[in-house]
Amino acid sequence: MSLLEVRGVSKSFRGLKAVSDASFSLPEGSINALIGPNGAGKTTIFNVVAGVYAPDAGEVLFGGRAIHGLRPHQVCAAGIGRTFQIVKPFSGLSVLDNVVVGALLRSKDVPAAKGYAAEIIEKLGLGAKRDLPASSLTLPDRKRLEVARALATRPRLLLLDEVMAGLRPTECDQMVEVFREINRAQGLTILLIEHVMRAVMALAQHVGVLHHGEVIARGTPAEVVRDPAVLESYLGEDVEV
Amino acid sequence: MNRRAWVLLSGLGALLVALPAFADSYVLSVATLILYLAFTGQAWNVMMGFAGQLSLGHALYVGVGAYVAGGLFFHYGLGPWAGLWIAMLACVAIGAVIGFLAFRFGISGVYFALLTIAFAEFTRIGFDHLRWTGGPGGMFLKVAQRDQIDLAHFRGPPEMYYYAILAICAGALALCAALLRSRAGYYWRAIREDEEAARALGIDTFRWKMAAVMISAAMTSVAGVFYAFYYNNLFPEQVFHISKSIEIILGPIIGGVGTLFGPVVGAALLTLLGDGLTELLAAFDWEVPGVKQVFYGLVLLVVVIFVPNGLWPPLARKLGLRR
Repeated sequence: MSLLEVRGVSKSFRGLKAVSDASFSLPEGSINALIGPNGAGKTTIFNVVAGVYAPDAGEVLFGGRAIHGLRPHQVCAAGIGRTFQIVKPFSGLSVLDNVVVGALLRSKDVPAAKGYAAEIIEKLGLGAKRDLPASSLTLPDRKRLEVARALATRPRLLLLDEVMAGLRPTECDQMVEVFREINRAQGLTILLIEHVMRAVMALAQHVGVLHHGEVIARGTPAEVVRDPAVLESYLGEDVEV
Repeated sequence: MNRRAWVLLSGLGALLVALPAFADSYVLSVATLILYLAFTGQAWNVMMGFAGQLSLGHALYVGVGAYVAGGLFFHYGLGPWAGLWIAMLACVAIGAVIGFLAFRFGISGVYFALLTIAFAEFTRIGFDHLRWTGGPGGMFLKVAQRDQIDLAHFRGPPEMYYYAILAICAGALALCAALLRSRAGYYWRAIREDEEAARALGIDTFRWKMAAVMISAAMTSVAGVFYAFYYNNLFPEQVFHISKSIEIILGPIIGGVGTLFGPVVGAALLTLLGDGLTELLAAFDWEVPGVKQVFYGLVLLVVVIFVPNGLWPPLARKLGLRR
């Protein structure tokens, strides 16, 4: 059964079609990637799903329930966590407090939220830095913090917007391992936007390719990287994976 | 808070409780003013320091609180304890209207600050034309006596007012400490740091910003009621004036926005130095109009340049209260 269904979603900005008639569905418990060149509309789709934008047309169903009229905090409460491509840490707060803010969505009492946040911080490898201000973190650590904060809201679906960008290959592999682990242990469904093909190939079971706001291909990673349309518009002829 | 902090805080508390025993009436009036500004600064800090919503019109809540409680007493003889609740309700309602207008229509940052100034200013002008409040001629509360402590009517010697504002200050400090540690404190700070990220974590930012404004307005109204019964005269040009709003925010800015003790430290420093300067000049028989304002400006400049986070954070480290 599919957890998220995007049906014929379109979204324009002042006449510019960012997303046009995009449809896809994510099976519960799956890991999926959305790839495509810059400006293809990937982040716009994310923002439509996350409730930042209302779609001009189409609908978004989450667990069978229409969510495209909801506001961002309601989408999160419904069970969709997200990260931001340009990271948005709460700079003045400690690493732990950043994650506590997310954890407070499900556990209303502060000590319980702190306990849960500490667990997640350990899982993401930020344990040693939990009392540092978020502003002191390096970019890879900020990306981890984004993920930790979103995970703390205990989502059923996690939207990851380029969390691998800027990571070294070994750091990227660690992150891949974390997502695999969470996916296996908790059955968390994941949708990632990613340019780092290394991560896409290692993680995703299903890949959708977006170009000029339209879904031009979908399939397994191996299928997609052989698709002529994808090679032409995005990956180029000599793709190495 | 560590043990050292508790010891220092109890020491300070004991000193303040004992102060009237050895202070003369001038010192006591300065101390009362410091505590009054520490409290209003604390109330403002809930909105700006915790939730990141800049109000430059907090005199509005002081004035409405003062006029509602004062007016009810003046016209109907209603005591301050009953008037307090009505004043508080009025201020919360006004805060809710301002908050709703701003947050519902996405007015934020500088534009929100302008909106708070606008409300304070047109309330000032409106009160100048209200007959019920005496208009520009002011409202004068009758003072039957100053010798006996009459808590029911909040009448008595300066010591009573001093202890009252001390208790209010202590209560505000405890309330703010509890708020900061609660879910609200985390949510407010998240909104202050990055509202979009806060929303993505399931925070209904509209609701929590409204809560911050309403709590801040309610606290400030208490200061207004105190003001009315302490000074016994109210003029729109004084209580609602923008200089009063600025006076409220100077303490926390100099002491440290968003910190618990910043408003207290800032209010103490500014008042002591400001009054000290005035006294010093008076001793030399110099009378320089506006010297206090110039001095405030200088202090503000120095703080903004050298300790932009306020005096309290480095001071707390010096005292060994923080790493």
